[in-house]
Amino acid sequence: MEKQATRDAYGKALLELGKLHQDIVVLDADLSKSTKTAEFARSFPERFINAGIAEQNMMGMAAGLATAGKVVFASSFAIFATGRAFEQVRNSIAYGNLNVKICATHAGVTVGEDGASHQSVEDIALMRSVPNICVLVPSDGVSTRKALFKLYEQKGPAYLRLGRPSLPLIHDDDMEFEIGKGIELRKGKDACLIACGIMVEKALQAADLLLQEGIGVSVVDMHTIKPLDKDLIIEKARETGAILTLEEHSVLGGMGSAVCEVVCEHFPVPVIRMGLDDVFGQSGSPDELLQYYGLTPEQIVEKFHDLIKKKQK
Amino acid sequence: MKEISESIIAEIAEKARVMRRDIIEMLGAAGSGHPGGSLSAADIVACLYFWEMNIDENNPQWADRDRFVLSKGHAAPLLYAALAEKGFFPREKLLTLRKLGSPLQGHPDRNKLAGVEACTGSLGQGISWAVGMALAGKIDKKDYRVYALLGDGELEEGMVWEASMAASHYKLDNLLIFVDHNGLQIDGRIADIMSPEPVADKFRAFGWEVLAIDGHDYRQIMESLVTAQNTRGKPTAVIANTIKGKGCSFMEDRVEWHGTAPKKDEVAKALLELA
Ligand SMILES: Cc1ncc(C[n+]2csc(CCOP(=O)(O)OP(=O)(O)O)c2C)c(N)n1
Ligand SMILES: [Mg+2]
Repeated sequence: MEKQATRDAYGKALLELGKLHQDIVVLDADLSKSTKTAEFARSFPERFINAGIAEQNMMGMAAGLATAGKVVFASSFAIFATGRAFEQVRNSIAYGNLNVKICATHAGVTVGEDGASHQSVEDIALMRSVPNICVLVPSDGVSTRKALFKLYEQKGPAYLRLGRPSLPLIHDDDMEFEIGKGIELRKGKDACLIACGIMVEKALQAADLLLQEGIGVSVVDMHTIKPLDKDLIIEKARETGAILTLEEHSVLGGMGSAVCEVVCEHFPVPVIRMGLDDVFGQSGSPDELLQYYGLTPEQIVEKFHDLIKKKQK
Repeated sequence: MKEISESIIAEIAEKARVMRRDIIEMLGAAGSGHPGGSLSAADIVACLYFWEMNIDENNPQWADRDRFVLSKGHAAPLLYAALAEKGFFPREKLLTLRKLGSPLQGHPDRNKLAGVEACTGSLGQGISWAVGMALAGKIDKKDYRVYALLGDGELEEGMVWEASMAASHYKLDNLLIFVDHNGLQIDGRIADIMSPEPVADKFRAFGWEVLAIDGHDYRQIMESLVTAQNTRGKPTAVIANTIKGKGCSFMEDRVEWHGTAPKKDEVAKALLELA
C-alpha cells in the first residue's frame, strides 16, 4: 500500500496552491524542514517568512498579514503552534476572525522519541474551544491535500492537525472532501467507530478483525472536529446503538468529547472514548507508544467488546 | 578561591572527552537525537559539573545544592553524560536514551531522573525556571547558585527576554547563564534566519553583567565562573562562542547535524577522533 505522511502531503499541496494563488503567504518558526514548508520557501522566497524560534510573534504577524488580504498558512509543531502561542491564536487570529490557517505537524504521540515535551495531546481541545476556528484532522495524504484546498477557499481561521509518521493512503484521489461532513468508510450495525487522524486506519484494521468474528461495525473518518457533523453522529447512534471514539489525543476535550456532547444531548447511547487517558506521552517508537497507550487494532477490538456489554445492559 | 591549574584543566578536558564519546554512543544507539548542540556545549558543562557546582550525587534533592537548568533541552544527551560521569546513575543506562520506559527521555524530565532540575525541551522556558530557582534562593537566604544553558537560536523566544528583565529587576546575582553561541539553528545560520544580535549589548541593556569568551577554552570558562561569583547586584550572562558539533570534524559547524543521529560507521569515525 502506498504511504505518505500528512505533513509531506501538506508541503506538496502548499506548493501547488502557492503556484495558483499569489495571495498565499507561508510562515514558519525554524521548523520548515520538519513541517515541510521548506519546499514552498525555496520556490517562493518572497512569500515565505521565517519567524525564527518565536511562535507567539509568528501568530501575531500572521494576523497582521491577514488584515492586508493575505491568506496566511502558519506552521510549527502542534505543541508550539497551539500551546505556546495559544493566546495569540485566540485573541489575535480567532477573535479578529482573520484568514489564517494554522497548519501544525508532529501532533500526538507518534512524534516518538522526542518525548512528552514535543507530543501534543491537548491541541484539538484547545483549538475547538475557541470561537471561529475550524478544526480539521485528516487521516491520510489524499484528504490532507483536499483539506488544504478547501481551507484556501473557506475564509477565516482554521486549525489543520498533521502528523509525523508515514501512513497508508486510505482515500481515493477523487474522494469528496467536504468540511463538516464525516465520511463513512465502512457500514455495519453492531457499533460505530468514529475516528480521526492516524486512528482512522487503526479503526479500519479493527473493523477487519471484528469481521472475522462475524461482527460488522461502521467506521467514520471524522476529519472535521469543528463544525462537527452532528447529523451523522445522531444517525449512527440511532442505527448502531453504541459508539467508540478513537483519537491520538487526550480523551479530555478532544474529538471523543465532542462526539459525547452530541450523543448526550440528542441521542444517548453507550460511548467509550479511546485516546490518552489524561496522561502525558513519553519517549519511544511510534508503534511502541501506540501499543502503550492502547491504540492498536487489537486493543480497539477489546474495547469494542466492553462497549457491547454496555450496550446490552 | 578555586584553583585554575594546568592539571585541573587537563582533568576537565578528559571529562569533556569522555562525555563527547558518551554523547556519540548514546545517539548512535538511540538512532535519533541532537548531536550538534550537545557537543558544542560539552566543555561548558564539564566545567560546571566537575569544577564549579556544589552538588551531591548521593543526595540529589539536597536543599542547598547548586542548580543547573538545561534550557536548550534538546542537548539532553550532554546532561545525561555529565550526570552519569558524576555518578548519579550507572553508565549502562546511557544506552537506553529515548527508549520506551527509560528515565533518559528525549528531552529532560525532572520526575524521571534524579539530577535533572527542570522539564525542558520547549525552548525559552528553562531560563524562567532558573530565575524562579534563583528567586527562591534569595527568599530563603541560601547561597546556592543557579546556572542555565541557552542556545543562541533560543534567544529568539520572547520569553527569554521577559526572564532577563525579571532576573535583573530582582538583582539575581546568584544566577549565571551561558549562551551557546554556535551561530546555527535548525533552518540554517542564525544570521540568515532570525538574528538576535547584538546579543551582548542586549543583555547589557537588560541590566546584566556580560562576558564574551571562547566556549571551548577551559581557562576562560572557569574565569567567567569566578567573575560571576564576584559580581554583586546583577545576573551574569556569558556569551560562549562555540562550534556546533565540536570534537567531531564531520559534524563541526554543519546545520544538518542539529538533529540527526550518527549511523554505525559515523559513530566509529567520531569515536576514533575522540579516542
Ligand atoms: C518553543 C520551541 N520551538 C521550537 C522548537 C524546536 N527546536 C528544537 S532545537 C531548535 C533550534 C535551536 O537552536 P539553538 O537554540 O541555537 O540550539 P543549538 O544550536 O545549541 O542546538 C528548534 C527550533 C523547540 N524545541 N521549542
Ligand atoms: Mg545555536
